[in-house]
Formats: sequence, structure tokens, C-alpha cells
Amino acid sequence: MGADKIASNIVEATSSGDPFIFMFTIFVLAVFIGFYVVWSVTPALHSPLMSVTNAVSSVIIVGALIAAGPADMGFSKIMGFVAVILASINIFGGFIVTNRMLAMFKKKPKKVEASK
Amino acid sequence: MNETLTGFAYLAAAVCFILALRGLSNPESARKGTLLGIIGMVIAVVTTFADPTIMSFELIIAGIVIGGLIGTVVALKIEMTALPQLVAAFHSLVGLAAVFVASAAFFAPEAYGIGVLGNIKAASLVEMSLGAAIGAITFSGSLIAFGKLQGILGGSPLVFKGQHPLNALLAIALITMVVWLVQTNNETAFWAVVALSILIGFTIILPIGGADMPVVVSMLNSYSGWAACGIGFTLSNTALIVTGALVGSSGAILSYIMCKGMNRSIFNVLLGGFGGEVAGPIVGVGGEVKAVKSGSGEDAAFIMKNASKVIIVPGYGMAVAQAQHALREMCDLLKAEGVDVAYAIHPVAGRMPGHMNVLLAEANVPYDEVFELEEINTEFSTADVAFVIGANDVTNPAAKTDPTSAIYGMPILEVENAGTVLFIKRSMASGYAGVDNELFFRDNTMMLFADAKAMTESIVKALG
Repeated sequence: MGADKIASNIVEATSSGDPFIFMFTIFVLAVFIGFYVVWSVTPALHSPLMSVTNAVSSVIIVGALIAAGPADMGFSKIMGFVAVILASINIFGGFIVTNRMLAMFKKKPKKVEASK
Repeated sequence: MNETLTGFAYLAAAVCFILALRGLSNPESARKGTLLGIIGMVIAVVTTFADPTIMSFELIIAGIVIGGLIGTVVALKIEMTALPQLVAAFHSLVGLAAVFVASAAFFAPEAYGIGVLGNIKAASLVEMSLGAAIGAITFSGSLIAFGKLQGILGGSPLVFKGQHPLNALLAIALITMVVWLVQTNNETAFWAVVALSILIGFTIILPIGGADMPVVVSMLNSYSGWAACGIGFTLSNTALIVTGALVGSSGAILSYIMCKGMNRSIFNVLLGGFGGEVAGPIVGVGGEVKAVKSGSGEDAAFIMKNASKVIIVPGYGMAVAQAQHALREMCDLLKAEGVDVAYAIHPVAGRMPGHMNVLLAEANVPYDEVFELEEINTEFSTADVAFVIGANDVTNPAAKTDPTSAIYGMPILEVENAGTVLFIKRSMASGYAGVDNELFFRDNTMMLFADAKAMTESIVKALG
């Protein structure tokens, strides 16, 4: 299948209004973006990569917020509340530990001999 | 806020996350990248606050404050050697959060616009059970990984008879439950999916040995992404789908890199049983006891002071002994003597991808002196000294020459090409993979038997 044909299929599918195909298209394209972006990450920064992906995957908090949002107390609201706590631990913890790591990566000082 | 605006806001958040990862291509842009990641998170949360279904904020604020405080304290206190455990623990939280969100959606589907209780759209049920199942596997699997890394559980693989048939059985049961759930909206089926997935997380990670934890942590990183994706489909939230896909592929790539670093296939790792097994054939063939040359800190200092180029090969043993600061001090003294110093990092040197780089950075080693295996391997032949500290298997020539070795085919740092090899080791014990290293018996090798930190400090003293 040629690229133009795939493209026209995507357009057809997305305009046909099936929300699943639309979301699935986004998903597949995002996997490709992830693939290329992650391969360009320098191996020295693979640990910060893991902790930052950890933090951003906690964007799952948006689902937790909706669950914890209703005015009436109920099972789902409690589930949502716990999920908000868990996701928040990850968001704060993930970003802070990433920052701590990145702050340690320093370049060689220009005048090494000066200290001699 | 209308739907179009919300859509744009989530798109903006997703773009921020992509750029956050993109920034990690070098340490300078990485800090800006993290900032973008934080901005993206704020955009996503604030946009969701505007959702009409959210009417009371007390619990939400309380949750964010509680979670935020815990996360902040833990992240500020953690030692960099314990980083892999921390990341494993964080993965388990993402997984658990996914399970909770899925169950919230199952019992209050109206809030998510996916139907009413007892009559949820089939497609949403499939997505929801995927999110819940992967989340639950991530949760329990990460708990085991955490336990093994923290030393609560033994590092040796827990292999039992009928382990593979059991896993297959559990997987079939899981699929059956998902089908049942989709057809009947049954509550019991939902909990069965969660329970079975938690069980599967235990049974697939328990048999994997401690040496393979870098792969496991990366793999669970990937799972946590796919779980977020499943929830994203349920919620029709593009930010969540994009982020989940990014994280999922990131973890998958890291697992691949780790597997390649050990010359193992991902299936080989997953089937488990490696690490901590009985040692392979011992090098001193024919029963003869080979002699090793050992030296003191003064000898090592003398050799390195007179070298023009020294390559340091650090391994996890260095981190365990907390020798990185003494090591950096030693290298500073050598540089002051005019010696050219570089560090060589094997892909699986630490307990998670890139762990060794962080540990060296923590000891103020400039990152432009630290090189990856492919970048530096040819330079060993021009180096006068290779200084191996706390590493063993990753330098073992048996990986190239001995097809019967457990580590055969693994890419190694070719320290044997250096003029002199200095090996800091506590004893003659074999490495993590249980394989003897013939390098110890070579003429140009000098063993420095001591604790890595004590030995490095005595070299520093001799140099100073």
C-alpha cells in the first residue's frame, strides 16, 4: 500500500466519525513519535528518561479527578480520591527526582589545570 | 470550557510531554524539557478541573496535597544508589492508579460518558479491562521488582515446576473473564480480571533473577504506559493516549537496549531462571590452580601515575561500596599529573538503564568524560591502564571466546587490550552471572584485593 493510500484511508476513517478509529490513529502515530524521540535520547540520560516518563504517565490523574469530582460520596469517588493520591505521589516524586538527577550532570570545567 | 478548547488544551499537554522527552537528547536541554513536562501536567490538570462533572474540590485538593507531600519528601530523600527501587515503586503506583480509575469508571460510567451502570458500551469495557489488567500486572510485578532490588526478596530466581503451564492457564482464565465481562457487565467478572492480573504480575516477575532487573524495570515502565493508554481510550482523552504511547514505546526501547547489552532475547529474560545459578565451567582447565598477580594501592598509584592514558571501568560494585567520590578524587589527582582519564560505561553496568551515569554525575564526574561502550571500546588498545572497579562480567573475554559460557555473545568492554589491567575485587568470587573471569590470570593483570572504597582511598593517599 502506498503512503498516499494509507493517508487517504486515515482521512476516510477519521472523517467517518468512528471515534475508536480516530483515537487508534492518534495512538499509532504517538507510538511512532515515541519510537523516534526515545532513540534520540542519549544513553547517559536513560535514568532521567525513566523517571520523567514515570511522572508524565501519571497524567492518568485526569481520570482520577473526574472520578473524585462528583458532589455525592460513593464508591467511585473514594476510588478516585485514592487514585489522585497515588498519581500525585508519582507526579511530584517523578519530576523532583528527575530534576535532582539532571542537576548533577555537569560539563568539564574549562580550566582543569588552573587548580594545580 | 467548551469541547474544542478542552481538546486543544489536552493536545498542548501532549506536545509538552513529547518535548520533555525530546529534551533528554543532551543534558543541557534536558532541564528545559522537564520544565515543559511540568507545564504539560499543569495544563492537563487545570483543563480537567473545568470539566462539568467535577463539582466538589475538597477531596481532590486533599489528594493532591497528600500525594504531593509524600512524593516530594521521598524524591528529596532518596539515595541515588536506591534509584531503581524508587522507579519500580513509582511504576507500581501508576499501575494501581490505573486499576482504581478503571474501577471508578466501571461503577460510575455516567461521569465518563461511556454508558450507565450495568450497561456500558462493549468497546469501553474492552478498553477498561485492558487498562485495569495491564495496570494490575504493572502493580504486582513492580512490587516484586521493588522487593528484589531493595533486598527484601532474594535476588535468585524463584523457579517452580509447572510455572509456564500455570502462567498460560492464568492468561486463558484472564481472557475468559474479559469476554464474560464484556458480554454481561458483571461485577464479579471485573474483580476477577483485576485479581487474575495481579496474580499474573507475581508469577511472571518472581522467576526472573536479580541480574535481569534492569530489563524488568524497563519493561514495567513500558507496561505502565500501556495501562495509561487503555485508560485514555476509555476516557477518550487524547493527552492520555499520546502520553501512554510515548511511555510505552520508551520502556520497550529501553528493554530492548538492556537485552542487547546482555545478548539475551526478551523471551529468554521473561522465561526467567537466569542469575544466581550454578557456575559454568571454571577457567583453570585441567584442574591446575592458576596464579594471580596481586598488588597494593601504592603499586597501582605508581602504575597509573606513569601512564599517559587511563580508562576507568566502573560497575555496580563501585556503587555498593560508595567508592564513586574517592574514585573521582583519584582521577582528579591523575589529571593533575597530566594523565588522560576517561570512563567507560557498559549498558548494563547499573541496576537500571543509565544508572551508572547518574552515580558518576553525583560524584561530580563531568559527563563529557563518560563514554558508552561503542564510543570507547576501540580506545582500550591505546590506553596504558584499564582500571576496573566493581565490574566483572562486563569485561570477561569468555563472552567472545567461550561458546559454552553463560555470557557468551554479550558485548564486553575490551579491557584486555589495555597495557595493564588493574582489577579491584574483594575476592576471587565470580560475578553476578556466576562465571569465572580468565582476565584475572593474565600476565598484564594486577589484582587489587580490597573493598573498592578502601582501595581507592589508599591509591589517593599514595598519589597525594
